[in-house]
Amino acid sequence: MPDVLKAPLVVEFPFTRSLGPVQSAFLTGLRERVVLGVKTADGRTLVPPVEYDPATAEEIRDLVEVAPTGTVTTWAWNHEPRRGQPLGTPFAWVLVRLDGADTALLHALDAPGADSVHTGMRVRIRWAAERTGAITDIACFEPYDGEPHRPGGHTGEFEDPLTGIVAPARLDYTYSPGRAQSAYIDALSAQRTVGERCPSCRKVYVPPRGACPTCGVATKEQVEVGPRGTVTTFCIVNIKAAHTANLDIEVPYVYAHIALDGADLALHARIGGIPYDQVRMGLRVEPVWTEGARYPGYYRPTGEPDADYETYKELL
Amino acid sequence: MTSEEAPAVREIAVVAFAQTDHRRSTEESSEVEMLMPVLHEVLAQTGLKTADIGFTCSGSSDYLAGRAFSFTLALDGVGAWPPISESHVEMDGAWALYEAWTKLLTGDADTALVYSYGKSSPGSLRDVLTRQLDPYYVAPLWPDSIALAALQAQALIDAGHTDEPALAAVGARSRADATANPHAQLKGQIPHGDHVVRPLRTGDCPPVGDGAAAVILAAGERARDLCARPAWIRGIDHRIEAHGLGVRDLTDSPSTRLAAEKAGAFEQPVDTAELHAPFTAQEVILRRALRLGDDVRVNPSGGALAANPVMAAGLIRIGEAAARIHRGDSDRALAHATSGPCLQQNLVAVLEGDPR
Repeated sequence: MPDVLKAPLVVEFPFTRSLGPVQSAFLTGLRERVVLGVKTADGRTLVPPVEYDPATAEEIRDLVEVAPTGTVTTWAWNHEPRRGQPLGTPFAWVLVRLDGADTALLHALDAPGADSVHTGMRVRIRWAAERTGAITDIACFEPYDGEPHRPGGHTGEFEDPLTGIVAPARLDYTYSPGRAQSAYIDALSAQRTVGERCPSCRKVYVPPRGACPTCGVATKEQVEVGPRGTVTTFCIVNIKAAHTANLDIEVPYVYAHIALDGADLALHARIGGIPYDQVRMGLRVEPVWTEGARYPGYYRPTGEPDADYETYKELL
Repeated sequence: MTSEEAPAVREIAVVAFAQTDHRRSTEESSEVEMLMPVLHEVLAQTGLKTADIGFTCSGSSDYLAGRAFSFTLALDGVGAWPPISESHVEMDGAWALYEAWTKLLTGDADTALVYSYGKSSPGSLRDVLTRQLDPYYVAPLWPDSIALAALQAQALIDAGHTDEPALAAVGARSRADATANPHAQLKGQIPHGDHVVRPLRTGDCPPVGDGAAAVILAAGERARDLCARPAWIRGIDHRIEAHGLGVRDLTDSPSTRLAAEKAGAFEQPVDTAELHAPFTAQEVILRRALRLGDDVRVNPSGGALAANPVMAAGLIRIGEAAARIHRGDSDRALAHATSGPCLQQNLVAVLEGDPR
């Protein structure tokens, strides 16, 4: 078995989310150090507030201020904080029912140790120094044994309410393409292209993915294909590449499906070395490698006569 | 038939089940390579070919793979050319099975292939699962799956429904039972271990692993043709609770109870229950919600504490329950699947064998 390739893969995206009227008031309130709940028809106060009653699905908009002090309803001691969590030192995850609320809010509690935390303990909000209108405007909770704070009776009306948030997300993976694609990528590093033949229908798939999509069976037999091939179909691209690696590619250019000799599936690549308006179905092409590259930069005409349509019509 | 009579409901059964060995990492295989052996195995059990299958439905998650539309690559394993009738849920395969069951009820198909798979090894599962949380109020805090389960466990302890020794016993029983399960990832004597997020210790948490499973469903006489003792689905239902954790009573699972009621679980006793409880405390909650007595065999497979391939572990519960009926080890079994933090979504199926 060949060594399986591995590489870091980072998926990172700033999710831009719009806010409804209730979420907007709640998050704007946090920015202003005001905690708002929402009242249901049966008189319960939900914190954090939602726009629809979880029990009846009725729309609810009746905002009411609650206190920044509250009671822990359950907790869990997190001795090894992870990336992105509210505190970098050991802390307790807590659900806190703020004074005036009937439901609990999830957040972190800064406490000296697990033995200092218990269900029923009194806590208060520690505000972040810089607040933007996000749940992280609450830096964390901290133990508090004073009198409950009285909420200020805020209506939820703000001069400069938030209409959206940006929620960044990042996940780290170690990507492994598996046996079949590792063999394909390994061969490319020696400027060879290998596919795999289906033991049932005998078709050769390039790049191989380890299975025949027609027969649903594993493909194992490696087959070297190309390097030359035939353009089966193509398109003319008039949009400049956005990725920095491709900024030097002038438009218009041609992107084509290419059936490598010996392959039963066309792969796709850019066509170069010929004016874009002279590329045609049946054009015979070969790969052009650039120094140190891990895959062909583009394909150019070989100068052979065009392939007969009958030879590639099954691969369109 | 007069207009007052309800139309006859088709009888639908699980007729075959297969699963991979569940392992911490399967980096040498792509998803489709991991999946194909179990697809071939369920087909071989029934003698069906891919072209004979009326409907195909799968469950998986792009967030495990770190790649959009990752399920489309797995379709190579089911022979999707020429075109087939196919669907996918971004959920555990138990919900794919629910969709396939409704498809068979319509009469549009007589057989269905249901499969699901998850490779947790490429990423960090605790981080990945934070992305299913409320994106406004919860996900920005990155509370991981074990932390949320630990909040639930502490609530259960505070309510007096369990304690740490009782939780340790659930883990020990599960891994002891798993010694009879050749596919399990964690089996035998596993120490209760250190706290991961207190009160949960390593022994209270499921292993992280890669795996896949597949079942075949068939309707009516077709099921009897394909299987000596089909596991008839007498009822199946799934319910969801509010996404706000602080809105819910974490010590209870009313959605499981309601799904069980709608699936007919309480009409007659069951002899076996395969519960999808990735954390020990969740088994305590589910036993209470489902009113399971001590005479019910719970998770003879070892359950999710022995192998928890995300997206397949729920389908495996249905498969394990069905396989016991196929073998004659059970006559009426309950299978449960869960999804989301702290048992947010729950599916219950009731399976029966023909009387002996």
